[in-house]
Amino acid sequence: MGAATETFYSVIRRQGITRRSFHKFCSLTATSLGFGPGAATAMAEALETKERVPVIWMHGLECTCCSESFIRSAHPLVKDAVLSMISLDYDDTIMAAAGHQAEAILEETRAKYKGQYILAVEGNPPLNEGGMFCIDGGKPFVEKLKMMAEDAMAIIAWGACASWGCVQAAKPNPTQATPIDKVITNKPIIKVPGCPPIAEVMTGVVTFITTFGKLPELDRQGRPKMFYSQRIHDKCYRRPHFDAGQFVEEWDDEAARKGYCLYKMGCKGPTTYNACSTVRWNGGVSFPIQSGHGCIGCSEDGFWDKGSFYDRLTNIKQFGIEHNADQVGMVAAGTVGAAVAAHAAVTAVKRLATKRDDAKQDH
Amino acid sequence: MGIQTPNGFNLDNSGKRIVVDPVTRIEGHMRVEVNVDSDNVIRNAVSTGTMWRGIEVILRNRDPRDAWAFTERICGVCTGTHALTSVRAVENALGITIPENANSIRNLMQLALQVHDHVVHFYHLHALDWVDVVSALSADPKATSTLAQSISSWPLSSPGYFRDLQTRLKKFVESGQLGPFKNGYWGSKAYKLPPEANLMAVAHYLEALDFQKEIVKIHTIFGGKNPHPNWLVGGVPCPINIDGTGAVGAINIERLNLVSSIIDRLIEFNELVYLPDVAAIGSFYKDWLYGGGLSGKSVLAYGDVPEHANDYSAKSLKLPQGAIINGNLSEVFPVDHANPDEIQEFVVHSWYKYPDETKGLHPWDGVTEPHYELGPKAKGTRTNIEQLDEEAKYSWIKAPRWRGHAMEVGPLARWVVGYAQNKAEFKDPVDKFLKDLDLPLTALFSTLGRTAARALESVWAGRQMRYFQDKLIANIKAGDSSTANVDKWKPESWPKEAKGVGFTEAPRGALAHWIKIKDTKIDNYQCVVPTTWNGSPRDPKGNIGAFEASLMNTPMANPEQPLEILRTIHSFDPCLACSTHVMSPDGQELAKVKVR
Repeated sequence: MGAATETFYSVIRRQGITRRSFHKFCSLTATSLGFGPGAATAMAEALETKERVPVIWMHGLECTCCSESFIRSAHPLVKDAVLSMISLDYDDTIMAAAGHQAEAILEETRAKYKGQYILAVEGNPPLNEGGMFCIDGGKPFVEKLKMMAEDAMAIIAWGACASWGCVQAAKPNPTQATPIDKVITNKPIIKVPGCPPIAEVMTGVVTFITTFGKLPELDRQGRPKMFYSQRIHDKCYRRPHFDAGQFVEEWDDEAARKGYCLYKMGCKGPTTYNACSTVRWNGGVSFPIQSGHGCIGCSEDGFWDKGSFYDRLTNIKQFGIEHNADQVGMVAAGTVGAAVAAHAAVTAVKRLATKRDDAKQDH
Repeated sequence: MGIQTPNGFNLDNSGKRIVVDPVTRIEGHMRVEVNVDSDNVIRNAVSTGTMWRGIEVILRNRDPRDAWAFTERICGVCTGTHALTSVRAVENALGITIPENANSIRNLMQLALQVHDHVVHFYHLHALDWVDVVSALSADPKATSTLAQSISSWPLSSPGYFRDLQTRLKKFVESGQLGPFKNGYWGSKAYKLPPEANLMAVAHYLEALDFQKEIVKIHTIFGGKNPHPNWLVGGVPCPINIDGTGAVGAINIERLNLVSSIIDRLIEFNELVYLPDVAAIGSFYKDWLYGGGLSGKSVLAYGDVPEHANDYSAKSLKLPQGAIINGNLSEVFPVDHANPDEIQEFVVHSWYKYPDETKGLHPWDGVTEPHYELGPKAKGTRTNIEQLDEEAKYSWIKAPRWRGHAMEVGPLARWVVGYAQNKAEFKDPVDKFLKDLDLPLTALFSTLGRTAARALESVWAGRQMRYFQDKLIANIKAGDSSTANVDKWKPESWPKEAKGVGFTEAPRGALAHWIKIKDTKIDNYQCVVPTTWNGSPRDPKGNIGAFEASLMNTPMANPEQPLEILRTIHSFDPCLACSTHVMSPDGQELAKVKVR
């Protein structure tokens, strides 16, 4: 049985992070989030004495596939994440309380854990019709989202909905569904795209923070580099067939049965940044290409509006790796404000991490 | 005082109004308002879908072969069932047949979803309506072990196992950070289980959380991932290669063995944990038989799980098809999705506009124009609703009716239809379940009955999976490895215009998609989904929908704590993201909406 009462502080201490580094983490995080110096002390005290980091998980317009993916996590088991690593105080999908009793938790968290909770957002707010295409507690979801973002320590955008807009934002986007970094512009947002993201990527992002005592390094689009810096194609086990010019020409043809490359069937692996071909899905059982269908590019911005999933990509070269995620990000970074803020915060926290070894010697 | 509805309920909104918003432990966003009388009995019920996404609007002018991916994203909980419905609709429209192996694989995926969804629904969305987590702390682990071993041979049942679990739970509660259990209704009189049954149930809550991720691996094997596996118009995308070159990447013996082992495990979990738990919990709630609503009056099932590829007739479907009205179980009516007089949608109480709102429209001719407005008796403002006016428009859900009747759909509806058709595989398990609890057939029409039907169906689905896995292997053995038919893959081979309908039984109930194709693109797409049926608002005649009907006349232990409301609403397994989106009519743009 895991120790249910381990504090955030004891977790990161066990991971070999010194007390001094821990305090630096708190002050850098507090500064990067725009809180005053007093907040750093409060944050440090909270993390040392409060048992687990409170997580508020909100749902806008979405399909709940991110929550469903999260509970598929094989390592850690979601049971252990929820009982021992975080305190999932609000999540409409699984919480016992409803109505007033549920709403009260949001107020309480804001008051009691100001600057100390993680806000995880699944789905996005629609802005048309005064926001009333998504009503929560009688009010537009966007209001609730902004309110909870105000005092959050960090914000995670789960999935394609929160990160890019996803299916309800596909043309003509009738509800004006809007990614969260367009309505929360003053906070770093960690984007974990995918429809849904891979379970172990989701729990990996959360436990990275509690294990290493820092926010993960992000690319220019705000995605954790450790999972989103390479394309499906770069690590695809069928890549040799691509390079050899061996392609599936028709569903269920001889080439399909031999596991040749799905590029001609519309596979978006060459333009999709995600961890599917390495981490794979559901405990490593398979991933779309392995099971015979091309990648539909579900972790990419606007993937619904790039033509049919069966249209062949025409903008790739056959050999070599031409771009890295940052270069692509430079071009695509329309969300400059948030991305820069995120990047600044992360750079600050990163400095702490690189100094960790020095700090150890000091200790 | 009060209004009599045509479907037999007496509504009285004079008592104290109680609002529950958000309703949690569901998919999506929903609100419930009820009026209780001086004895705290519910005398009026109003259920509201509080979200709209417009997926079918987005589908217009797209490639019909892509529609499965869009519609799959309608819901990530019942992931795959919309995709299956969609490929069936496109195949129906274009006259595409699929190979026998594709039918078996699709059935395996659909049945895996049924089991996964039912297990997660019962343990993680519904159990806390029956189980008091905090009470489990005072259980005697030894007595818990005795209880567990008396109902099942499931091996995780020793006193030490329950003691360890209790210790962990105790540490968790004492930490003061209750996580998802925070602000729950612990200690309420509405909870009736002894501490030992509560502890056993909490143990199985955690075991089910571990196990559910195994069930979906069947989707991962055939569809590459879960949630949201991949599908294909004309078959399934995964090829079969048993012993040829490159077999390691295809459906081969290793993959088939993995599927088999998962089926074995889920059959075991269903039969040694899930069903015994529901029976054990039910035995303590035998006198709480509220929540029947429409289930004893009007139920509808489309049927699913075709025995033979491309045969969607009632005879080929292993889940039953039919409609029962006015509680007359001796007559089961056939259902025709293409008949314009059968399935119609109304919007008089929904946030949409029709030219003539006294009439309903068949999905192929559906009109959708969002029109958000609150009635004159609503309290609050447009963007801060305190109380809705149910005499006006009050929900993002339309009101579908079958020949004018409000219908309940879902596992209970399916099992009532199967029971009424005297099919032994449905009738016998129901009779046995009721007999073991010493309850009459009328007890089936209740919140508890809905929950029991879901457990019985999970057991049924597990055994069907074994059947279709054997069938798949037998067909491969006979020399057929085909998984896709590409004769009409290319749009050039399609007619200029076509229309079709595809239907399934989603875990939550009857689901159908209607499609019109013109010049190789989607011209019109309409989904009528289970929670549209169950969560529908009133219709022009004043009939109330299944959610509202099920809440009527239920006494609340404490109106400040909506435990009974949650228990009954959860028994339907609502999916609001599914229910609240619609398609605009041919060529017609959506109403202009205010952009902030």
